[in-house]
Amino acid sequence: MIEYLVTKHSYWFYIILIMMGFYGMMVKNNLMKKLIGMNIFQWSIILFFISIGAKKGATIPIIETHGVLNQAVRAADYINPLPHVLMLTAIVVGVATTGIALALLIIIYQNYGTLEEDEIIEALKK
Amino acid sequence: MTTVHFPALIVVTPLIASFIVFAVGWFDRRYCFPLVIGALTACLIFAAGLAAAVLDNGNPLHYHLGSWPPPWGIEYVVDHLNVLILLAIAVIALLSAIYSRSMAAREFPQAKLPQLYTLYLLQVTGLFGITITGDVFNLYVLLEIASFSAYAMIAMGERGAAFAAFRYMIFGTIGACSYMLGVGYLYILTGSLNMADLNQLLPALYQSKALLAGFSLLLVGIAIKMALFPVHTWLPDSYTLAPSSVSVLLAPLSTKVGAYVLIRILLSVFNAPFYTSLYPAAPVLGWIAAAGVLFAAFLAIAQSDLKRMLCYLIVCEIGYIVIGVSSSNRLGLTGALLHLVNDMFMMACLFAVTGIIYAHARTRNIYELRNLHRTLPLTMAVFVTGALAVIGVPPLCGFFSKWYLVLGAIQAQQWFFVFVILMSSLLNTVLFFRIIEQVYFPPRESIPAEHAHHDTPFRLDPVPMGELIPAACLACFLILLGFFSNMLITRFISRAIPGTF
Amino acid sequence: MVRILDDIILDDSIIRTCSRIMLPFIQIYSLYVFVHGHSSPGGGFQGGCIMAASFILLAVAFSIREAKRRFKEKYIVIFCSLGVFIYAGTGAVAVFFSGNFLDYSTWTHILPTTPVMARYYGMAMIELGVQITVMAVIISIFMDLVTKGDHGEAPDGEDD
Repeated sequence: MIEYLVTKHSYWFYIILIMMGFYGMMVKNNLMKKLIGMNIFQWSIILFFISIGAKKGATIPIIETHGVLNQAVRAADYINPLPHVLMLTAIVVGVATTGIALALLIIIYQNYGTLEEDEIIEALKK
Repeated sequence: MTTVHFPALIVVTPLIASFIVFAVGWFDRRYCFPLVIGALTACLIFAAGLAAAVLDNGNPLHYHLGSWPPPWGIEYVVDHLNVLILLAIAVIALLSAIYSRSMAAREFPQAKLPQLYTLYLLQVTGLFGITITGDVFNLYVLLEIASFSAYAMIAMGERGAAFAAFRYMIFGTIGACSYMLGVGYLYILTGSLNMADLNQLLPALYQSKALLAGFSLLLVGIAIKMALFPVHTWLPDSYTLAPSSVSVLLAPLSTKVGAYVLIRILLSVFNAPFYTSLYPAAPVLGWIAAAGVLFAAFLAIAQSDLKRMLCYLIVCEIGYIVIGVSSSNRLGLTGALLHLVNDMFMMACLFAVTGIIYAHARTRNIYELRNLHRTLPLTMAVFVTGALAVIGVPPLCGFFSKWYLVLGAIQAQQWFFVFVILMSSLLNTVLFFRIIEQVYFPPRESIPAEHAHHDTPFRLDPVPMGELIPAACLACFLILLGFFSNMLITRFISRAIPGTF
Repeated sequence: MVRILDDIILDDSIIRTCSRIMLPFIQIYSLYVFVHGHSSPGGGFQGGCIMAASFILLAVAFSIREAKRRFKEKYIVIFCSLGVFIYAGTGAVAVFFSGNFLDYSTWTHILPTTPVMARYYGMAMIELGVQITVMAVIISIFMDLVTKGDHGEAPDGEDD
């Protein structure tokens, strides 16, 4: 059990972060806190993904020649660049989500004067 | 005419058109609507060309973006499964755009129309892209494009719409991130993101627990996007409070494309033994969907708002599709795919009519629509057609898909699902005939006190042709789909289902 | 209910002078990040964010009124669309020369290089499109949040 925790400790950190963001989205009453929870949720998923590309003793995936390569490249020497590229797209998606959410929050604040979810639901019932 | 580049063009055209509308609409608003119609007509031509090419060829069409071959590059695949859905999306998007012209002019100030049409075209881009792509991560990106446009368009609606859009956004982000986690698990296990490649690489890993976790995450994400029973709660508020011109695009297409993604993942990425015999995913999905069908049908009867009732009906129809998928035999899958296409047209028809009713009678309360057939005869005729299609009356399209769903459930010996489908058809009958009675043969006793909010008489100006003609066209499609359902099944659907069933 | 921040003017001369001096360097750094996206961490999105950050620094250091005067919504719309057209145009030229969409090696018909280097330049072009769009969108998000939706002018100059 202890080695299960110790060998996979990084995954435990990511999962705890993801669950913290999830908790914020579900439990918190204020819409801004829900948004921050959503942000934590998304960025920690991205962090989890980027970590899977790491290899032991590998360097950054940039090849130091100009033009055409003269010899084969050993893939084990370079970390996997594909998760980084995919997560770049995911980061852009996260930024767009935050932008839309903030715009929605401004509209909600202008309409109801509050960002607390229960007060808004009360105002909508009338 | 060569259809080689149509797979890329069908996604790129609405994307470019949306930004052209955005830029041009800033300077002169009159060019927005013709640009939208032009782009959607071009997409319809592309979809028809792709359908003709797939029917001629018999094999799926593959398109490599950037000329990079599949495991390295993104690939667009057009096969019998998605070409029918592409055609349906193109037709419904075009008819909704024509419908939205006069409806949006009534609902929004003039200054917002370019922004509405920009988001409209972005949503259509996302829907086409989700249907046509053969790469699981590209599907996530396009799913998010479609979702963002939906959040923004819904927020433009009535009182409470921005809050409903925010809650939809929180829910939708959980779903999309869950889908992305599932894709990430598949990538960690196999190193590939291409659907066909995953289909080759995954069978060796079927015993792995990580694959089961990834599969579950994928299913949860797709279930949220598809509004399957327990996680459907974002749907009633957002689609009810959305503007009419927006909900006629979102309601038919958005959830059904999610159902297509479920079918694509189950059939093309994972093979049947994985989710039927190895892990009981199909029975679990079936029971959840059956519970959802009953729950949604009962809740729909409890509504007095017409549009909210239709939103619960969407949840009910998605439940039918998932029951069909879970029966895991050829008949059930035929029923599921046929119901997917039929339901797009049925919901488009009903939501279009609801928009016209709301604009005319200024109320969506069922009990206040008495004698509406005197002022809106054609519209109510279209409504009755849509209602009969949802109930499942032959020769309209709903009958054939429900027939196959029941046959599939009988063949899988799931007698409870047969009972659920028949019972919910009965509940739908109660639902719609309640409205038809109020409209055509209003009972003599007075309106119940809790529903009598509204005093304004109906507007007497006629319904604009731009709204009535798309609704009538959709009703004609319901009849045509019913007559041609056998052709659809033999030419498209039976070839879409893999031979192992 | 909520006060528009139009009338707040920052009078601090240190902040204003430092922002004025730093701004060109930040922008050159963003172009450096963009151009070196091939061989170091960077690329279009990162360069666009840094460029947008430089303009947001301007808006924060000076008044919102100054920012509204300089970042009119018309320019944001034009730049946003321009970036997307550059991206799609790069791909469409490939279709025009009978390659697949986004197949940059067909740019050898236009640029005097080998197909391999044409892919290199094609990637730089789409990153340029990405940078312009990202810069415009992030400035637009900031301006929308700060002015609470009212940039001070309407499209076409008219309103309903």
